[in-house]
Amino acid sequence: MSAGEVRGGAVRGDARPALGRGFRFQWEPAQKAHVLLYPEGMVKLNGSAGEIMKRCDGVRTVAEIVADLESTFATTGLEKDVHGFLTMALEKRWLEMRA
Amino acid sequence: MSADGSATGAGGAAASAGGATAGPAASAATSGAPADTSPPGDTVGEPNAARVGNPGPPLWLLCELTYTCPLHCVFCYNPTDFAKTEQQEELSTDDWIRVLRQGRELGAVQLGLSGGEPLTRDDLETIVGEAHTLGYYTNLITSGIGLTEERIKALKDAGLDHIQLSFQDSTREVNDFLSSTRTFELKSKVAALIKKYEYPMVLNVVLHRLNIDHVQEILEMAESMGAEYVELANTQYYGWAWHNRERLLPSREQLRRAEETTNRFRERVGSRMRVLFVVPDYFERRPKPCMNGLGSVFLTVTPDGTALPCHAAKSLPRLTFPNVKDASVEWIWRDSPAFNHYRGDSWMKEPCRSCPEKTKDFGGCRCQAYLLTGDPDNADPVCDLSPHHHLVTEMVEKASAPDTASPVVEHPLIFRDRKNSRALSS
Repeated sequence: MSAGEVRGGAVRGDARPALGRGFRFQWEPAQKAHVLLYPEGMVKLNGSAGEIMKRCDGVRTVAEIVADLESTFATTGLEKDVHGFLTMALEKRWLEMRA
Repeated sequence: MSADGSATGAGGAAASAGGATAGPAASAATSGAPADTSPPGDTVGEPNAARVGNPGPPLWLLCELTYTCPLHCVFCYNPTDFAKTEQQEELSTDDWIRVLRQGRELGAVQLGLSGGEPLTRDDLETIVGEAHTLGYYTNLITSGIGLTEERIKALKDAGLDHIQLSFQDSTREVNDFLSSTRTFELKSKVAALIKKYEYPMVLNVVLHRLNIDHVQEILEMAESMGAEYVELANTQYYGWAWHNRERLLPSREQLRRAEETTNRFRERVGSRMRVLFVVPDYFERRPKPCMNGLGSVFLTVTPDGTALPCHAAKSLPRLTFPNVKDASVEWIWRDSPAFNHYRGDSWMKEPCRSCPEKTKDFGGCRCQAYLLTGDPDNADPVCDLSPHHHLVTEMVEKASAPDTASPVVEHPLIFRDRKNSRALSS
């Protein structure tokens, strides 16, 4: 089992999420949104999801991503939301965890 | 979408653009609002994007690079007069790169490279490389003929994201018969190469009367190849398939059995493999929201540069479709009369015009309305509110009758080739 693998919905803080194989993630000026592209389809992400996804570079850990978001947006208590989004994104294979 | 008879893809983007829906995504960090999501395999687009004057971006750009194809499939959606386009009239590499750039500036994100067989163009790698750099998600829609290991590696290096491989059947005999070639073993080798080079594996099999009873074997073949998505897309009756419709339309009983088989298979494999089963719309009572409305999300450029709001639209009468050799993609998409013609609903006739469902299905498919009723502004006769619906039900009843031997004799299959194309369009 790799680090951060989903177990009953739990995401480990030391796991390093990265874009899933076969996906392309980018900012689209025409849609004013981040989008996720995959074979013959597209997901348009809202601002929050885009901010999380763009930090998932396979280098930063989940804990570092949470800290960065809290600092960037001058807020606290984002861990639960971020974990929730990551759990869903892992299920959909938008993201995969690097050890 | 597929290079052959079916009009829907892994996302059903071509024929049934359902629109990205606000999904149950976890609330995200800075707004708390759900991410605007649809599950992988769903399609691009917005449900009511057909706006006159200010259309949304052409999210889907389909480039039909050539009509040249080593196969001669009886259900090909290419126009039956394709032989009128000589190979020397095909767009040059520079033309295609200009189209890609202009499409991207308008917001196109998904690129389909199709044909004919796109691998017959020796500049395919150059086109893919440019598309990747511009920011497209690049989909190669291919029969696999000509996809050597050398080329698949070069395409990977150029940034190709995805290969959709079409099969005609699970057995060599039917595959080779329906495409009028000997290609089955070659395709199996290509499927292995697609896995080796770690592309997402989408297998497309066009279903019809002559192979629909093999669905079990087709699904087992897909499983053994390690396909992640399988599209069992029933033929849609345009182009060559329209001419061969009496031979290709399955019976109700065949369709019922195939759906049962597919559902049993889905239960067994679970999430390992996604299976999309597209029912032929002749069996439906409401039309598909074809192209999400013409001119809403989809733009096709044919081998000679003609721009179309749907890959079958060349058959529509009265419209003069613009060419990318003469006009910019922006003008074509935003301003050309042909692309604005079917935006909004002022073109509609009754029963569509006063129908509350017109915002859901946009009156269905213009090409189908034209082929069956002779007037493209009529309701798609698949709809049981259409006064022409009997034209569809009569065809289904005929296909479902116990004795169907006679039409088979009267209407031999017409294979897609240049000779038949010239005969049909003379």
